[in-house]
Amino acid sequence: MDRLTEYLFPKQVSTFAADIDNLFYFIFYSSIALFAIVVFGMAYLAIKYRFKKGDEIRLTSSKDHSNILESLFFIVPLILVSITFVWGIRSYLKMIIVPDDAIEIKVTGQSWFWTFDYPDGGTTLNELVVPSNQPIKIVLSSKDVLHSFFIPVMRTKMDCLPNRYNVMWFDAQQEGVYDIFCTEYCGTGHSQMGAKVIVMKPAQYEAWVAELGSDDEDIPLDELGAKLYTKKACNTCHTLDGSALVGPSYLQTSQMWGEERVFDDGTSTIIDDNYIRSSILEPQTKIVAGYQGVMPTYQGLLNDRELDALIAFLKSLKEDSQI
Amino acid sequence: MAENQKQNYLTHPKGIMSWVLTLDHKRIGLMYLFGGIIFFFLGGLLALGMRLELAAPGNDFMSNDTYNNVYTLHGAIMIFLFIIPAIPGALGNILLPLMLGAKDVAFPRLNLASFYLYTLGALFTLYTIVSGGVDTGWTFYTPYSTTSTSNVIPMTMGIFIIGFSSILTGLNFIATIHKMRIPGLTWYKLPLFVWALYGTSLVQITATPVIAITMVLLILERLLGIGIFDPALGGDPVLYQHFFWFYSHPAVYIMILPAFGIISEIIPVHSRKKIWGYKFIAFSTLSIAFIGFLVWGHHMFTSGQSVFSQIVFSFITYFVGIPTGVKIFSWILTMYRGQVSFTPPMLYALSFLFLFTIGGLTGIFLGAVALDIHLHDTYFVVAHFHYVMQGGTIIAFLGGLHHWWPKSMGTMYNQTVANICCLGVFLGFNGTFFPQFLLGLRGMPRRYATYDPQYADLHNYSSFWSAILGLSIFIAIMNLLWSLRKNNKLDPGTNPWGAMTLEWTHTTSPPHPHNFEEEPVLEHGPYDYDKVIVEPTFKK
Repeated sequence: MDRLTEYLFPKQVSTFAADIDNLFYFIFYSSIALFAIVVFGMAYLAIKYRFKKGDEIRLTSSKDHSNILESLFFIVPLILVSITFVWGIRSYLKMIIVPDDAIEIKVTGQSWFWTFDYPDGGTTLNELVVPSNQPIKIVLSSKDVLHSFFIPVMRTKMDCLPNRYNVMWFDAQQEGVYDIFCTEYCGTGHSQMGAKVIVMKPAQYEAWVAELGSDDEDIPLDELGAKLYTKKACNTCHTLDGSALVGPSYLQTSQMWGEERVFDDGTSTIIDDNYIRSSILEPQTKIVAGYQGVMPTYQGLLNDRELDALIAFLKSLKEDSQI
Repeated sequence: MAENQKQNYLTHPKGIMSWVLTLDHKRIGLMYLFGGIIFFFLGGLLALGMRLELAAPGNDFMSNDTYNNVYTLHGAIMIFLFIIPAIPGALGNILLPLMLGAKDVAFPRLNLASFYLYTLGALFTLYTIVSGGVDTGWTFYTPYSTTSTSNVIPMTMGIFIIGFSSILTGLNFIATIHKMRIPGLTWYKLPLFVWALYGTSLVQITATPVIAITMVLLILERLLGIGIFDPALGGDPVLYQHFFWFYSHPAVYIMILPAFGIISEIIPVHSRKKIWGYKFIAFSTLSIAFIGFLVWGHHMFTSGQSVFSQIVFSFITYFVGIPTGVKIFSWILTMYRGQVSFTPPMLYALSFLFLFTIGGLTGIFLGAVALDIHLHDTYFVVAHFHYVMQGGTIIAFLGGLHHWWPKSMGTMYNQTVANICCLGVFLGFNGTFFPQFLLGLRGMPRRYATYDPQYADLHNYSSFWSAILGLSIFIAIMNLLWSLRKNNKLDPGTNPWGAMTLEWTHTTSPPHPHNFEEEPVLEHGPYDYDKVIVEPTFKK
């Protein structure tokens, strides 16, 4: 069974994952039994009673019911679905009753990245860091359209709505880095709206929380920018290889440094530090011709040093590409 | 008399206007078939485009925005322009009056009006495509659909109009079934396809107004900002989901019940055997139609609805499974002590039993709330509904088309080619969609234009087989059309399967413009293979 589980499912990391997989196996094996009856019954009857060459067309049997068989058609599936229903609800209750000692993390979906707010202050983008063996309560909401927060290894997901909070929880049993996906269609960047959940040992997590917000002071600006590029989800829409995604590539912008950029209203401006800064903080005011104005504002999500870092990183791309 | 026999509805009367203004249910049915097949091809091409893009993880073939347009149009076209109108509109129209011994449907003019509403809706859809497409998904979830800059209004307007076509057809069929039966054709002597159309029509007239209203509210919200569904205006997106699924779940039964009807006709005829459990099949149709109205919440298991709703919707969902299971077992047992011929329609019916059983059983996985939360909006759901919609409805539709083709067109296709295509469809279908169950279990979300490389192998496999599936369906339809070539007419008395419903025993192939030369007299029930021998006749 273990090898089958490994083949069929992602890892079982949350406390209730094994239970849900077992529910799957119960339905799976019952289904295989029913399916075998259908397919073998069908093949047996079709072949046994096939009309052979040379057979005479004759009156066939008038048998069209059997009380025993018909009762079985009702009773056997009824028993199986009753077990499935009760099991499904019991497991579901485990998935929604949040333990009292849970740490609460606020998750906000926004086209097309995730923001995580931790209980003791501090925010991360697209990287959810949690301690292992500790219930985590996730409070979900959205800043724009619907999103859905899905962690396959935890076997749980929940929609993010713009007008109210939804709650889910998990308790990770194994350290590691796992996928998070958006599973409610949200437009152009939907398939790139992924994130990672990083499960750490509790002691490591404590240290990480203490550092949160105070790190990154002593690394060079362009290296910090490179970190922020993925950490703040710029990579969802802007590539580094010159190809256009939802937004223009950083490389292209970098190579056009000092040149004129044309906007969709016909105006234009020279690409410089101030242009980049205002594009990050007020992305809706000037939209590059040929693109849709879909970028959210990063006002409040980046401090001044981080803005400087991103600009430095962008500028550095041009030199790298010339080497 | 002899002169009269040569007349059939295809050639009499002549001229283009005699088709455009026809009140003949058979001609209207053929026009629906023509429209349906065109949209089936269009939807199929879009599907192959999606599989091409998904063959490898990156944006290799189309951009995110293009992909989003393509998958939205694939869903909307297949559902609203092909599956929902095609079986009741095409096969239902051609066959219902013939099966009842009637001259036409109860309201022939209304019937033509339904067809033109369908055409108008189709024009709106074509306009949507040529003017830049729509990218919201066929579900039009708010607030994305209220803020998207794509052509939401023309597409939803098209759906609104097609809804009326659906309602009027349903109304027409119900009146026809109640009032147009020949004397002696009591409810329990009706062919089961008629029961299936009756159940379908009931759902059509009761559920469709809800989608119509929902689409109007969505349009008003976009135009006037009235604030029903968009939270930015004070609305509620979950309300939209309730409205949408209150129609769209019963719509699943608008799509599958006619398919059940087709299977209930094909299996007894090609097994030359009385159908097993006639009343069970008839009443399970009605109970599925009824229960189908009470389960819409299972589309919303991750929306945050109350725990109580989750439990109730999960509970009721299983009660759709029970009558469906009864039908499947009855169809299989029909072959018991019969004379089974492996004709193209029968092979499609057997494929249906295989594929639809998988579709139905995987629905049980999704009905269990705890498991659904993992599988919701993943490829498991995509695979499940394709097994039901394509493995079920479209396979049954193809089977029905092969079964009634000699009746409605008066020609016979190459049966060997048809059998090979059926096998190709079966293999191609499983190859395309079975891997998607595995993708879903592993967590691959729906509606992704690009994906994590860990899913590449299964996607690649699925894409490869989709080409075989597409090709097989294309050849199957071409094989049917090729039979229409000159000098390939069958003898008007042809009854190639030895069927004993009225459309086979009491009129010519293709039928007389007025269906029957005189009102038929019922001599036996639709499946009395234990009482009467009807010899198959197959003459050029």
